Amino acid sequence: MARTVIPFGPQHPVLPEPLHLTLTVEDEIVKEAIPKLGYVHRGLEKLAEIRDHTQMIQIVERVCGICSTLHAMCYCQGIEALMNVEVPPRAKFLRVIWAEMHRMHSHLLWLGLFADAFGFESLFMQFWRIRERIMDLQEATSGNRVIVSVNCVGGVKRDIDAEMEKWILDTMKIVEREVLQLKSTIMDDFTVKRRTVGIGVLSKEKAYEMGAAGPTLRASGIAQDMRQTGYAAYSELNFEPVVETDGDCYARTVCRFNEVFQAIDLIREAFAKLPQSELAVKAKGLPNGEVVSRVEQPRGECLYYLKGTGSKYLDRVRIRTPTFANIPPLLEMLPGCDLADVPVLILTIDPCISCTER
Amino acid sequence: MKDCVVVINEENTPELTPDRIITQTRILKDEGFRFVTMSSTDLGDRICVLYHLDKDLQLINLKVEVPKGTKIPSICSVYASAVLIENEIKEHFGVEFDGLSLDFQGMLYLDEEVQKTPFCKIGINRV
Repeated sequence: MARTVIPFGPQHPVLPEPLHLTLTVEDEIVKEAIPKLGYVHRGLEKLAEIRDHTQMIQIVERVCGICSTLHAMCYCQGIEALMNVEVPPRAKFLRVIWAEMHRMHSHLLWLGLFADAFGFESLFMQFWRIRERIMDLQEATSGNRVIVSVNCVGGVKRDIDAEMEKWILDTMKIVEREVLQLKSTIMDDFTVKRRTVGIGVLSKEKAYEMGAAGPTLRASGIAQDMRQTGYAAYSELNFEPVVETDGDCYARTVCRFNEVFQAIDLIREAFAKLPQSELAVKAKGLPNGEVVSRVEQPRGECLYYLKGTGSKYLDRVRIRTPTFANIPPLLEMLPGCDLADVPVLILTIDPCISCTER
Repeated sequence: MKDCVVVINEENTPELTPDRIITQTRILKDEGFRFVTMSSTDLGDRICVLYHLDKDLQLINLKVEVPKGTKIPSICSVYASAVLIENEIKEHFGVEFDGLSLDFQGMLYLDEEVQKTPFCKIGINRV
């Protein structure tokens, strides 16, 4: 049969974000996939030239709502290195707590969307119902459900008091129990496995070679997670990356599912070790020099390159988001799969086009 | 040492001439380094391109500085995953890459109607 070219996206019923792929198929088997970006590109990096380095925190938080606090953390971490600022210990632990809450709500959002992608609507609703508990915590602790604006250069802007801590820890118990109740459905259900096991396999070697990041990398058997570097307070917490070995859609699902429990454990440990100190120190001077800062977002490693020239405006802010890193591996996985599996496969890299087209 | 923050200076970031970039990245790939990304900055009449690579979470950077509009070798033959970011830098900063495995002809993000490189402080005409 002759080859057919199918435009996939940017608007597609399954895709939560506008990724565009030009698929070449033969007998409904994908032979080639070419991406096209730019549908929602905003040029946020360029704003660094007209917004001072403290205003840029609010801008990077809007690169992506789902990872807002982690974008700000990565940015502040870089500016703090340029300005020789040592963040107070309590602020480091609070950053971890908000970061892990972000990871939980991102993964629960994804698990719901993924269930919806293969038509399991009741599972989608269950994951999103649980996610609302985390959104309530974020709203109560930061004032916002999604854009958790708590980071500043030198520390954090808000504290979590004892009453709030108890509420968070009680909620963790409920969330842990409720997510566990869905474990057999997402991991053992015949229809879920039929759509995910053995589909979109990314080998360990290819994942590394193609520069995959986050759960996409770890589900292929590579134990690499930026939290191993010990940024914020991770060096004082027990942390081992969640790793799966099969490299298929199922492995990527299991990896994210298990990372929800890991996030709960990290939040509990962070509260148990939460020290008393001031929340932020005042940064003096202006950023001067070049720095690369990295953190682990829910979707994987995020990199910020910042260049300051001693003025209040930065010369350059460059953001490499995890989805940008995961597009080349996705293009590696797509050839050979059924056209019907394309939406499911794309979703397993947890694409965030808002991030990619910052 | 594992790096979450690396302050770039002349000691830890060697500047290479464009003709050495493929050889150097190939050596690093053979040593097990993974391609992370590239960054570019407008320096006025020149463009700085940084290559970020890591191994066991240790980040290293390589630097190339070229006059605006100059062609530099693509590292797609070494790291295939560099294709998107090289196309991005080409569109946003006007750096031409010789040997791109997939050339979007300046239309990965932008459309034909965009005449100047949008991320340069003073844009140059797009080819």
